[in-house]
Amino acid sequence: MNFEFSADQMQLKDIARKFLEKEESVKRARNVLEGDSPFDEELWKQIAEMGFTATAIPEEFGGLGLGYLELCVIAEELGRSLAPTPFSSSVYLASEAILQFGSDSTKQNYLPSIASAEKIGAFAHSEANTAPTEENISCEYKDGSINGSKIAVADGDIADFFIVTARTNDEIGLFVVNSQSKGIEIKSQSTLDPSRSHASISFKNVEAEALDSGWSNVQTLLDRAAVLFSFEQLGGAEACMDMAKEYAMGRYAFGRSIASFQAIKHKLADMYIAVELARSNCYYGAWALSTNAPELATAAATCRVSASQAYHECSKENIQTHGGMGFTWEFDCHLYYRRCRQLAANIGSQSVWKDKLISSLERANQL
Amino acid sequence: MDFNDTPEEANFRKEAYDWLKANAPLKEGPKDGWRTASEEEGLKEVKVWQKKLHEAGWACMHWPKAYGGRESTPIERVIWGQEVSKFKVPGGYLEIGQGMAGPVMMMYATEEQKERYLPPMAKGEEIWCQLFSEPGAGSDLAGLKTKSVQEGDTWTINGQKIWTSGAHFSDYGILVTRSDPNAPKHKGLTYFFLDMKSPGVEVRPIKQISGGANFNEVYFTDVKIPDSQRLGAVGDGWKVSLTTLMNERLAVGDASGPDFQEAFTLARGQDLNGKLAIENDSVREKLADWYCQQSGLKFAKYRNISALSRGETPGPQSSITKVVSGNKLQEIANFGMDLLDSGGIVRSDEKDADQSMYQMGFYGAAGIRIAGGTDEILKNIISEQVLGMPQDMRADKGIPFNEIPSGNK
Repeated sequence: MNFEFSADQMQLKDIARKFLEKEESVKRARNVLEGDSPFDEELWKQIAEMGFTATAIPEEFGGLGLGYLELCVIAEELGRSLAPTPFSSSVYLASEAILQFGSDSTKQNYLPSIASAEKIGAFAHSEANTAPTEENISCEYKDGSINGSKIAVADGDIADFFIVTARTNDEIGLFVVNSQSKGIEIKSQSTLDPSRSHASISFKNVEAEALDSGWSNVQTLLDRAAVLFSFEQLGGAEACMDMAKEYAMGRYAFGRSIASFQAIKHKLADMYIAVELARSNCYYGAWALSTNAPELATAAATCRVSASQAYHECSKENIQTHGGMGFTWEFDCHLYYRRCRQLAANIGSQSVWKDKLISSLERANQL
Repeated sequence: MDFNDTPEEANFRKEAYDWLKANAPLKEGPKDGWRTASEEEGLKEVKVWQKKLHEAGWACMHWPKAYGGRESTPIERVIWGQEVSKFKVPGGYLEIGQGMAGPVMMMYATEEQKERYLPPMAKGEEIWCQLFSEPGAGSDLAGLKTKSVQEGDTWTINGQKIWTSGAHFSDYGILVTRSDPNAPKHKGLTYFFLDMKSPGVEVRPIKQISGGANFNEVYFTDVKIPDSQRLGAVGDGWKVSLTTLMNERLAVGDASGPDFQEAFTLARGQDLNGKLAIENDSVREKLADWYCQQSGLKFAKYRNISALSRGETPGPQSSITKVVSGNKLQEIANFGMDLLDSGGIVRSDEKDADQSMYQMGFYGAAGIRIAGGTDEILKNIISEQVLGMPQDMRADKGIPFNEIPSGNK
């Protein structure tokens, strides 16, 4: 039994952590939040130079051909450091969509430039203030082009191409659309986490290339991405727990460190429990993703729900532990509070993933 | 990252399975298990089974061979536990002796005493209990008052212990007492082992909220213990107790009772407002939460096993298991009865009635959240020993024990 990452993978994680610390990734997230640029282009280039964007892409398509376990440990560190880059959109979603459901020529066209980060991909799925379903998606693909609109597309205003969900005949498919195409209109949308840019997109007879079709492929894509998102959420949750502890240890009230009060200690213990459950479920997800296990749908939903809960618990209680200082713009607590919400929304809500989890258990355990 | 055994682990697993297959029936389903009509009968069967285990070299696997053990690695114990759970074999009664009293005897008893007491413990011939908690000393165990007074080579014990599992069928007990009430709380304790048939020991069962009586109160009236049965130095009882408690924490695991699978199965067969309960969104959300908790604990355990497999010792991290599973059990029990509506609270004589399982969980959860370290104590342990946060400020520090306010003078 070995349910841990290997020494090499842990070393990669350590390299990623040190690199992101040295580059002051958290400070860069604040700069993006306060400034005008939609992302940190310099950090993005350095991340690509480190090879992180190429991690899980096979060598024949310009990647490093490592694996998903390696990508998971990198994701955890990107989450811990709030890296203000389009990594999740381009690597967990766009790259995966093409890798899993693209033809060989589509892979040749896109994957090498995703690996090198010359191109950024984004996933355009949501259309309204409700969860996208097989029934309610109204974007339509017909005769080689797409009509319709999408909202809250993470990295939508900086992407070179989109993976778009759209209706074709009777099913929902995945389509690749170049962001420079004629008929496309992209508008930046400001969100509660300005350290990550978002956009709405409208398509008027926009040329599109079909990937392998079907709602189940959309779900598979979301499942695969969910494991990687979960690792980002896990890293963020643990960072909040560490921040809360450090602050409590140094903050004195009533003549002693507030970390000696049980009200604070039990709060931290609750965070630790949430993080440990999430970590254990994330490892399960990593195992399922890296081995293409039949349990992937269950494992992905489990780690997604668990990591979203842990990040929520830790990011809000981190502010609470900081007291008034946690509510200031100056302290970093709010950066995590925002990112937690952004990541929780990005590929579907808690309710959606909980429902997916129970549905997949129903399928696995037919009466 | 994989779930497979190393070649050595696989060999060991096969050896364990083969022996079990030859000596015990396999369980026929998840609900199948060893049951007996009475405690007396159970004890008899456990002793027979333990003797068999001992003869084949499967008893007290972590103990030295000299005392009847196997000198197994921690990972071998885990593998044995996994294999044995597939079979219908007797269990219970012996854990406190083998898991807690045994290790303390090994550390503090004389060689002669070890040779006298450890082998019968390993063979299941003699049963031990643990006399620690008192009516006024539970979470604050070091606040115990049972008095020990030395005269020459003999100690005289007076006082009362509580929550002693199995005291009524135990042959021996480990006991912590206050030998010096003038010393600060943790300094005046002394630790012994004693014969439970000593004159002056009186065992009375405690009726629990479930109606059952798994625990006892034990009264001591002028009970004599020879000084040779002292474990550790006079006044060092706290240090000795910590060894025992550390082993207790390793022994306490998942709360037993209905879990996700039972609640899920119930919801898939039960009507709620004209539809199956499983189609109700709030039911689905709850089930998802419990599944995530159950899965998190399962894989946290796998991570611990991986650490054991690498030869590391398990840390206090395992404290989360009881906190999470005890609370989960309480919620699931409540949920199960709720789905059965008014009928959920009705007692049934049918052995496998759904409501009986949830009702037992309802009672059991209230107990498991307290036993072997309350939720609150475990959260202190997590924050202090795992996260490194400071201890709470104590009002009794450095004060002679007999001057500490106790609120019931």
